[in-house]
Amino acid sequence: MGQGNIAAHEENVDVEEIEPGDILKILKAHQGDVGGLISILQEIQSTYGYLPAEALRIVGRQTGRSMVDIYGVATFYRSFSLKPRGRHLICACLGTACHVRGAPRVVDELEQQLGIKAGQTTEDKEFTLETLNCLGACALGPVVVIDGHYFSKVTRARIRPLLDKALEGFDTTELGKDSRIFPIEVSCPHCGHSLMDDGSTIDGHPSIKVTISMDHRDGWLRLSSLYGSYNFSSEFEVPHNTVVRFLCPSCREELPSTSDCSTCGAPMVPMLVNGGGIVKVCSRRGCRNHMLDLI
Amino acid sequence: MITLKINGLDVTVEKGSTVLEAANFIGFPIPTLCHMDGLTPYGACRLCVVEIGEGPGAKLVSSCTYPAEEGLVVRTASSRVLEARRMVLELLLASCPQSKTIQDLASAHGIRRQRFRQEYEDCILCGLCVRMCAEQMMAGAIGFRNRGENRSIGTPFDIKSEECRLCGGCMYVCPACQLRCTYTEPEKAVCGGCANLTPPCVEKEQFKDMMCYMNPCVACEIKKD
Ligand code: FES
Ligand code: FES
Repeated sequence: MGQGNIAAHEENVDVEEIEPGDILKILKAHQGDVGGLISILQEIQSTYGYLPAEALRIVGRQTGRSMVDIYGVATFYRSFSLKPRGRHLICACLGTACHVRGAPRVVDELEQQLGIKAGQTTEDKEFTLETLNCLGACALGPVVVIDGHYFSKVTRARIRPLLDKALEGFDTTELGKDSRIFPIEVSCPHCGHSLMDDGSTIDGHPSIKVTISMDHRDGWLRLSSLYGSYNFSSEFEVPHNTVVRFLCPSCREELPSTSDCSTCGAPMVPMLVNGGGIVKVCSRRGCRNHMLDLI
Repeated sequence: MITLKINGLDVTVEKGSTVLEAANFIGFPIPTLCHMDGLTPYGACRLCVVEIGEGPGAKLVSSCTYPAEEGLVVRTASSRVLEARRMVLELLLASCPQSKTIQDLASAHGIRRQRFRQEYEDCILCGLCVRMCAEQMMAGAIGFRNRGENRSIGTPFDIKSEECRLCGGCMYVCPACQLRCTYTEPEKAVCGGCANLTPPCVEKEQFKDMMCYMNPCVACEIKKD
């Protein structure tokens, strides 16, 4: 308990407004499950990208747990963060195997390129750099994970290109002459209205336009109509790993989900394929699971 | 009732007792640091090690957390136990040499040197204060935070806890806090300022952001002016 950490903590006191209703909703979903603290914290973390102090207080009040318990859990696990994280999360492995394979140099390079130390966030809130100890992929070391994408045998020279790519987003697909990529046209399963937006193209084809809703915010999302391409654009930035609701822009109904993603468990959003069939895409940003059933 | 053998003597204790309680009952002293009557056993310091079982299957366990079992054979002062205990004390000395409690225990066990890198921690993470606060004072103002190397005891966010009533219970049970506030010279400083305040944190109005020995320390604040 150094005398110095008081000042350090003052700047952590979050100014960000949180919506108590959101927290209550999360708590409600976990009502009655006794050991649910970790899942509650996980959900709060995925909503805000970190654990706001006020949110922890609400959790304490509602579940009757003491604040120290919650704080203890929140600081015990590395995946929880009490400070807002940047838009892109970089985790560099410093485990034994990665260490001997040169991970310290990779981390040095990352720190230098970003101008921050491990555990910090860049001023422009783009990157957060964290280190961890072994991802279980030792033979591939040094391993760096950026926004959920794993990079193996990383060298110093690869850092800059990786950072640039991260800024661009790993979700963009390079379109080659891949025969698995072909255009489809879809419509809303509720009102049958076409979801195609001829006015704006992605990958050179008319895009699929839907409304997405997240944190009481609505906005448009345009998906590439090429089946197999993950390129998209949206009105506002959707944080990695968040699940959004998909609505039809014409009838404003939610595209009704009938199944959950086999990879991440988020609801799969169905759209009717013109000419018969159904295409389903996962509603979690960053999850690339999708399905096509043609009739 | 359960009968077990401690250092060759049969002792009968109630079901649910620990080996430590049984040994104390029959009069074999076992040194403890993180144990206190009225608080749940925690097994953090390992000073209370005893040897159980016989032959090659014999093993060392912490007696404060080990439940007395029927027919259990316990040795509280075998050479293996004494050696382990001395090692524990030496390690404690290496991390927190300023503690009078640890010094006394070490000297009682004939420890004359300390072979490890010297540190000057103000906390040995025995958890007595945490349990005191939660179980006797019913407050739950302090707890463990972080993990591994960075584990520490304190309040959430390091700010004064709303639950803390400045009872001083944490300070009272702390085996290391005689010298908690040492400023920059841990080797020399003998502050004990906080322990000399009776009752602790007297001027509660004046020091309303202070929490006994937690940051910020009342005694240090007093010394400042
Ligand atoms: S040490 Fe890096 S993955 Fe195991
Ligand atoms: S007294 Fe038993 S482990 Fe500390």
